Amino acid sequence: MAHYILKRSGLLIIVVFGVTIATFVLMNMAPGDQAEMVAIARYGLENLTADEIENIRISEGLDAPVWVQYFHWLSHIAQGDFGHSLVTGDPVSQEIIARIPATLLLSITSLVFSLLIAIPAGVISAVKHNSFVDHGVRIGAMLGATIPNFWLALLLILLFSVTWDWFPVFGYGTASHIVLPAVTLGAGMAAVTTRLIRAGMLEVLKQDYIISARAHGISEKRVIFRHALKNAFIPVITVIGMQLGHLLEGTVIVESIFAWPGLGKLLVDSIYARDYAVIQACVLLFAVFFVLINLLVDLLYVILDPRIRYDRGAG
Amino acid sequence: MATTLLSIRGLTTVFHCRQGQIEAFNNVDLDIDQGQVLGLIGETGCGKSVLGMSILRLLPPNGVSRGQIIYKYRDLLGLSPQVMQRIRGAEIGLLPQNPSASLNPVLSVGQQLMEGLRLHRMIKKEKARVAAQTLLGCYGLRGFNNRYDEYPHQLSGGMKQRVLAALSITGKPSLLIADEPTKGLDGVARNQVVALLRQLTRETKMALLLITHDLKVAANLCDQIAVMYCGEIVENGPVGKVLVSPLHPYTQGLLASLPENGLHPIPDYSPGVPGDIQGCRFYPRCRYRQDKCSCQTIKNKRINETYVRCLSASEGREN
Repeated sequence: MAHYILKRSGLLIIVVFGVTIATFVLMNMAPGDQAEMVAIARYGLENLTADEIENIRISEGLDAPVWVQYFHWLSHIAQGDFGHSLVTGDPVSQEIIARIPATLLLSITSLVFSLLIAIPAGVISAVKHNSFVDHGVRIGAMLGATIPNFWLALLLILLFSVTWDWFPVFGYGTASHIVLPAVTLGAGMAAVTTRLIRAGMLEVLKQDYIISARAHGISEKRVIFRHALKNAFIPVITVIGMQLGHLLEGTVIVESIFAWPGLGKLLVDSIYARDYAVIQACVLLFAVFFVLINLLVDLLYVILDPRIRYDRGAG
Repeated sequence: MATTLLSIRGLTTVFHCRQGQIEAFNNVDLDIDQGQVLGLIGETGCGKSVLGMSILRLLPPNGVSRGQIIYKYRDLLGLSPQVMQRIRGAEIGLLPQNPSASLNPVLSVGQQLMEGLRLHRMIKKEKARVAAQTLLGCYGLRGFNNRYDEYPHQLSGGMKQRVLAALSITGKPSLLIADEPTKGLDGVARNQVVALLRQLTRETKMALLLITHDLKVAANLCDQIAVMYCGEIVENGPVGKVLVSPLHPYTQGLLASLPENGLHPIPDYSPGVPGDIQGCRFYPRCRYRQDKCSCQTIKNKRINETYVRCLSASEGREN
């Protein structure tokens, strides 16, 4: 097991290298003058002079070739220094750490929300196969999977904030603030997970060991939740892991819509300001999250499926 | 005279499919006495496994049974699903057909055994653990203390079958349905299963419905033999009669097709789904057929202790 985790950690380093190089190159290919964008963000458009732009270019090292900038950045990262924001001048690490709790809260809430919907819906849909309920769940899942989350966010705001005034339109702080962003983010995930659980349960319920469990007099409830669901959940875990990756991507949009002070919003704001120190750090963090989540999923398999072992030599 | 444990009368099971109704078997009558070993033999697809699952009411959702299955004075087909669930395992057990797929892959052997024991014997966890280990010791899994926490994929096929055998009798049922327990096994493994089943029936005095296409296993274990062809019981009698001097041409054909009897196959193939064959279903393949066989419903005829569904069957007709 330790050997396996070590191997995967090696992979993490390669992925992180690739991701940081790609963002560096892409940021430099983006239209507009970097120094000018930073200057606008720092001083505002009205009182901007050519001198100030040149000062920024030189003081931030933006005049050096891309690869020099990259290795400069990399050598600082290796020493644990993420640099400072080109706009505010604050250390990047400080800005990011301040944003992590909000994003974590939103991601976990949406994940829990999606599972609370998906597990019962998927199980009922499979157990009552081809019934009215099943068709309803399938239509709901199709809508959930196809409605883009920026549009869903607007619909939810229109109905629950503007028309009914149940939840605030945007912001952060109280429990009622999190409802709409979490539902927006969780809906798509819930839809995909529901369909997977339904398909998995339909497959598992046909297996010999389910018939055998019933023949031993085990109650239908126990057959479904103890014998079938655990088997049906194994493939679902992989997809949930992948969805968590997409969740980070979703936070970028949803946090912007709901003015949620998380990493996603920080990333969008930094892109507008060409604050590449912050962008790089955010992307680096997202990449590390993504790989770690996938590693966590693989380790979860061991708990769920006894047939999987990562030890060497064991069959 | 032993008392009748299970009495099946006029049982028909059909499956509703897109193409219409498909009949698995038709109008089956069958009795099993307490402690009796009844062999249900016939070729693959004749409906014998579906009969076993019909008794347990574990057919797929599109399967429907009509008729009567009287078990200890109660008609199983009239019971509510909750009552039927209490009968499964506790009164009628199942040794499933496919041992390698019939244990849950994500639960350990011990967990699965303990679940059955705690359900049927109402005992505490620690006692159930001991009982499970004793049970496994009895059924030839020595050193099972080490295997208690193992998962099905770590066991061989024969071991899984032993675990399933132990599992099927946790509720001390009066009747065990063993669905093709020797299917796909080699000679040595087959003898082990036969010994295991013999041990089970002797020790617990339970009745056994042995569904098999292996005539040698049937001859070895059974008191009574019922022969099924194309969804109908064509011959039913004591093992010494049916497998020694069979009366129905199909049973005769089955015996003649054994290697030691010269490997003479029955001509043609079983029609599978009989559809609406009138009269004798074996008529197209029968070497004793007469015109009258195909145009009337064939009734069971009693010759000594054997019931046979054949117009021309008579005592003393031999191959």
